[in-house]
Amino acid sequence: MSESHHPTGIKRWLYTTNHKDIGTLYLWFSFLMFLVGGVMALVIRAELFQPGLQLVEPNFFNQMTTMHGLIMVFGAVMPAFVGLANWMIPLMIGAPDMALPRLNNLSFWILPFAFFMLLSTLFMPGGAPNFGWTFYAPLSTTYAPPSVTYFIFAIHIMGASSILGSINIIATIMGMRAPGMGYMKMPLFVWTWFITAYLLIAVMPVLAGAVTMMLIDIHFGGSFFSAAGGGDPVLFQHIFWFFGHPEVYIMILPAFGVASAIIPTFARKPLFGYHSMVYATASIAFLSFIVWAHHMFTVGMPLVAEGFFMFSTMIIAVPTGVKIFNWVATMWRGSMTFETPMLFAVAFVILFTIGGFSGLMLAIAPADFQYHDTYFVVAHFHYVLVPGAIFGIMAAVYFWLPKWCGKMYDEMMGKVHFWLSFIGLNVTFFPMHFVGLAGMPRRIPDYALQFADFNMISSAGAFLFGFSQVFFLGIVLQTILYGKKARSEVWDNPHGLEWTLPSPPPYHSFTQPPQVTMAHASPR
Amino acid sequence: MHINLNTLLLYTGIMMSGAFIPASVAEELPRWQLNMPQGVTEISRDIYGLHMAVLWVCVVIGVIVFGAMFISMVLHHRSRNKEAATFHENFWVEVAWTTIPAIILIILFIPSMRTISQMYDTQAADIDILVTGFQWKWKYEYLGEDVKFFSNLSTPSGAIYGIENKNNHYLLDVDEPLVVPLHKKIRFLITANDVLHAWWVPAFAVKQDAIPGFINEAWARIEEPGTYRGQCAELCGKDHGFMPIVVKAVSDDEYRSWLAERKRQTAQERTLMAQQFSLEQLVERGEKVYQSQCMVCHNANGKGIPGAFPSLVGTAISTGLMNDHIDIVVNGRAGTTMQAFGSQLSPLDLAAVITYERNAWGNNMGDMVQAIDIARFINDAKQ
Amino acid sequence: MAKQDPEIYYVPEKSRKPILMALAMFLTVFGAATTINHMSGTAIFPIGGYILFAGLVLFVTIMFLWFRTAIMENLAGLNNEQVKQSYVLGMSWFIFSEVMFFFGFFFALAYVRNFAVPWLGGEADLLGTMRQSTHDILWNGLVTQWPLMETPQQAVGGASQQLIANNGEFIGPHASMSFPGWLGLFTWLPLWNTVVLLTSSFTVHIAHLHLKNNDRNKLTVWLGITVLLGITFILLQYIEYHEAYNQYGLTLQSGIYGTTFFMLTGFHGFHVIMGTVILLVMWLRSTIAGHFSPSNHFGFEAASWYWHFVDVVWVCLFIFVYIL
Ligand code: HEA
Ligand code: HEA
Ligand code: HEC
Ligand code: CUA
Ligand SMILES: [Cu+2]
Repeated sequence: MSESHHPTGIKRWLYTTNHKDIGTLYLWFSFLMFLVGGVMALVIRAELFQPGLQLVEPNFFNQMTTMHGLIMVFGAVMPAFVGLANWMIPLMIGAPDMALPRLNNLSFWILPFAFFMLLSTLFMPGGAPNFGWTFYAPLSTTYAPPSVTYFIFAIHIMGASSILGSINIIATIMGMRAPGMGYMKMPLFVWTWFITAYLLIAVMPVLAGAVTMMLIDIHFGGSFFSAAGGGDPVLFQHIFWFFGHPEVYIMILPAFGVASAIIPTFARKPLFGYHSMVYATASIAFLSFIVWAHHMFTVGMPLVAEGFFMFSTMIIAVPTGVKIFNWVATMWRGSMTFETPMLFAVAFVILFTIGGFSGLMLAIAPADFQYHDTYFVVAHFHYVLVPGAIFGIMAAVYFWLPKWCGKMYDEMMGKVHFWLSFIGLNVTFFPMHFVGLAGMPRRIPDYALQFADFNMISSAGAFLFGFSQVFFLGIVLQTILYGKKARSEVWDNPHGLEWTLPSPPPYHSFTQPPQVTMAHASPR
Repeated sequence: MHINLNTLLLYTGIMMSGAFIPASVAEELPRWQLNMPQGVTEISRDIYGLHMAVLWVCVVIGVIVFGAMFISMVLHHRSRNKEAATFHENFWVEVAWTTIPAIILIILFIPSMRTISQMYDTQAADIDILVTGFQWKWKYEYLGEDVKFFSNLSTPSGAIYGIENKNNHYLLDVDEPLVVPLHKKIRFLITANDVLHAWWVPAFAVKQDAIPGFINEAWARIEEPGTYRGQCAELCGKDHGFMPIVVKAVSDDEYRSWLAERKRQTAQERTLMAQQFSLEQLVERGEKVYQSQCMVCHNANGKGIPGAFPSLVGTAISTGLMNDHIDIVVNGRAGTTMQAFGSQLSPLDLAAVITYERNAWGNNMGDMVQAIDIARFINDAKQ
Repeated sequence: MAKQDPEIYYVPEKSRKPILMALAMFLTVFGAATTINHMSGTAIFPIGGYILFAGLVLFVTIMFLWFRTAIMENLAGLNNEQVKQSYVLGMSWFIFSEVMFFFGFFFALAYVRNFAVPWLGGEADLLGTMRQSTHDILWNGLVTQWPLMETPQQAVGGASQQLIANNGEFIGPHASMSFPGWLGLFTWLPLWNTVVLLTSSFTVHIAHLHLKNNDRNKLTVWLGITVLLGITFILLQYIEYHEAYNQYGLTLQSGIYGTTFFMLTGFHGFHVIMGTVILLVMWLRSTIAGHFSPSNHFGFEAASWYWHFVDVVWVCLFIFVYIL
């Protein structure tokens, strides 16, 4: 193909307008951030290995917690999903590239700068942000270290990156589907990203507004979040969670799409309930805008508000349940094999459901008075994020890596990676439920003796899990360098346009719009 | 890293023995506790009930869903099932698994709503206590009685840094606990002075954010005597992990005599104010005040933490004009963590701590200030 | 791109603009943060201003070059239907994101008016569950009103009288910017601002109609009028700010009323300035470079959409900030 046009060298990566190159950049960047955020998590876990202060000072511990949360959310999970979108959406809908290729490159390159700025705060006087990834005022305004200004602007440009990226994805999906690829024929990964992109465009600007208000309060004498001037610290929380709750679905919906691609492939059976999957995703997205205050049950909201947010939150279990049940029904009476992507996908379904269950428990407002700000919450969100978002990404990488680089990974090694991660993460995060219920608050560098045993187990698990991710890096490198050649289909009779292209696909995916037949579009 | 092998072995031993002590409410803090404590108020037991109910709902649904998955993974493995079925839609199944969960959720919602509205009913309380969160201590004020005091962590820093042994209430001990009577409706009016905190006592199921400038209300009617411990539950800065809450629930009689004794002490402190003290006396008292109030930020050696909390050694204020020194301690500095201690400490303690600072760590000013002068300073400011 | 059929797909060559743009954004915000910290006395180093300046220069330069390339591509006929559609979608959803940005500020305004201030002022809300103790114990003396002419801190007599840590001393306002009653209607600047901006939305529409009819002269005139109206608005708003600061004592620092007022009108004003510049560019492009044809003028259309958006935001402002 147009191999001759294939630019090479460093400029290929710096100046690229190619969706695959940009996707690759996103994925590598996010993996790097995952390691950085992971190392911070390991600092946290090392300090919590035993009661007492051993390794770090409390203020530095808080910086670690904050940066860990921020980096994992904005640096690891979100860019990884955008990377997957870049790689797969054009392939899946039969397009040559993304709709706005130059903008695409800009969206990516903002990120390294933004995270450079964010990480540089660790070396500034007064230290990095230490107010939690939720940066509640006034700890993050009046009482913040000076580096908060850099934090604010880092959020601004990250937000710009996300908004531009989402606009691009929407324009691609709306404008570049191959003939015959109707909306209700798009693969679910495309659908979930389509909806995710809307969530992003709707809430990232609100986050930008929130940090702008912080800036005004900190440096220009504003009183948004100060009662003395007639404002309210709780206002910050409302605005933050108006962004924050949709944000958590931004981190899971694409993973739903990945699971919906993988499970049918390895069950060798069409996805069950395609239409209801689409509607369920849309309902989750819609509901995510009206549940935000479930993070604030203890701030002293009016009783009606407690009731409203409790109910709307509980109801999210319904569409989410629909998705779970559909996956189970897809597996039912299939002809299943469990290659690494399938292992990750099945673990995703099970462990995400466990995380969802604890979410539902948190949604019971009176009970949340006991759970709130304890390790029970930490257990909840790591269950939806680590075996949720992260496993979703891992599954996607194993599933599509042979397509991307034309080489097959080592199945044995993949399985070892899976089992190490699976065990590691459960050992890490399951005991957190117990210490949380027993009363251990989150965001503390030291704890009462009664929590000692479970914390030690958690910490041991964290190091196991962390180690397995370094192993994962090894697997990916080995595949790229020495992997065996992969076929175009890679798997047994997989479903979708991406498999009609050679592995790796040509530099410009589809130079002519492909004819979409029923064999390529969903539902079958 | 300081992971010592002996402790490791010890812990492994404990882990193996797996001693699981069921949740109990009194002094013992059980290890290996798996579940939420039931607590000692009606509300806390209601909440425990809700918690168990939704937990069981989840367990049952989980068993069904995961059960189906595992059966499928075994039976419908390719080695058993060569040909996959092709069905991919069924309207009524979809309707069923949409409506059944919805109904379950509505059923869960009703009792939850009832409990939360009871928690919100703070009317007709017998006792009102104003709880104010500070970085990093609690202040309790019995409204209508002339009693207020601060409650600080009393775990020695040696225990935290592994120099001394950790006792059973490591990190959960305070110098002055809150004392309340049994069987009375106690209303907590919860607010904060600087950043957000949250006042949480698991045994009462009371957790309420303390928000500067706003007062939140919560209540408890305690049914069993005992000492109940909790912690601040909202990230509030450096020492968020070090601001515990201890509540002693005692009989009504005991409470009354405690209150009377408390008032007597307050009165006594007032008489001390008019006295003159010597430099030594002030420095001695000041050192104690410093350690309980100022050390968390300015450090035992007075050097603070660079970038966050200034040093007091040889600085323009601590070795400068007395009035400036009094001013910053009494009025604090708006917009920083340096609080206005004028409303927190007695004039005597203020005089003592200021005198101490001017004569410690090589700040050999040799001057001192008396309680009466501080009182005058505060009064002048009010004019 | 040899193998591609430009009738259907056009994928641009690799470009160095995006990464330079990212660099410009980084320099701008890094410089801005350092400058702002410098103003507050906590800068890590003093040369933030220069970095900010360099960033802005680079930003504007790349922006110019980028748009020039896009325009050249269009003139060269490279923009097929698909690319055009991408631009249309891109612009629409960009405007949507702007709407959400303003939504955050309107949300803040609604919240403080309906929850925070009544709560501090001890007025039970319509849900009946707001507690009086906040007012009785902490802010006794504060009266619920909007605009909030006296901050809670002023109402209880300054910093030393109560516990709440504050951001500083509050001064003013002495008067509000709100609807002055029918008598003052015609000397009330916001009303005239509304008239100006609404008119400009019409004129830009008329300009568009003339463009579609290929009536270049009328296009020049009407678009020119629009730009002038935009400038008029900015001038009027400047006068208004001047009055607010100097006569009414209303500043960002005078409590939540001043903060929300300047935040909302300030960001809107900034958008008007941007919009005016964009329209001016469109005017120059059509008069000097002779760009736009009756069927191919998306740049113009995007600018006018943006202008309508700015106008709609103003109408909301007028209602929620000035009248209600
Ligand atoms: C990917 C991210 C993700 C996802 C998907 C979710 C999903 C959910 N979350 Fe979670 N959540 C977080 C990330 C996420 N959360 C984070 C990061 C925080 C903490 C933020 C912070 O403070 O730092 C948090 C905190 C959080 C809280 C606040 C806790 C507190 O601070 O006190 C609450 C409270 O309601 C909550 C609820 C829920 C609910 C009800 C869901 C639901 O969507 C779950 C629905 C799924 C199921 C229920 C399982 C499958 C369903 C079935 C099998 C059907 C049948 C089931 C029943 C009828 C029971 N979450
Ligand atoms: C997607 C998001 C995500 C992910 C993937 C993770 C992953 C992990 N998280 Fe975290 N976490 C959050 C999101 C996430 N977290 C958020 C939002 C918070 C709340 C923050 C707040 O309170 O503000 C939080 C808070 C949080 C806490 C609570 C802190 C506190 O309350 O004080 C803890 C404690 O154990 C923790 C642990 C872990 C661990 C052990 C992992 C592990 O999965 C990490 C795995 C480890 C690695 C991947 C490291 C691998 C690398 C090496 C072994 C070395 C090689 C190094 C190089 C080459 C550089 N996380
Ligand atoms: C919660 C943290 C905290 C506590 C507790 C605290 N301080 Fe401070 N203190 C600060 C900070 C922060 C500053 C710097 C304020 C500024 O930026 O001007 C400061 C400044 C000072 C200064 C002026 C130092 C100088 O030279 O500028 C003095 C004197 C002082 N504190 C005395 C005390 C005394 C006495 C106590 C206890 C009774 C105390 N502080 C408790 C945080 C604290
Ligand atoms: Cu006080 Cu946390
Ligand atoms: Cu949420």
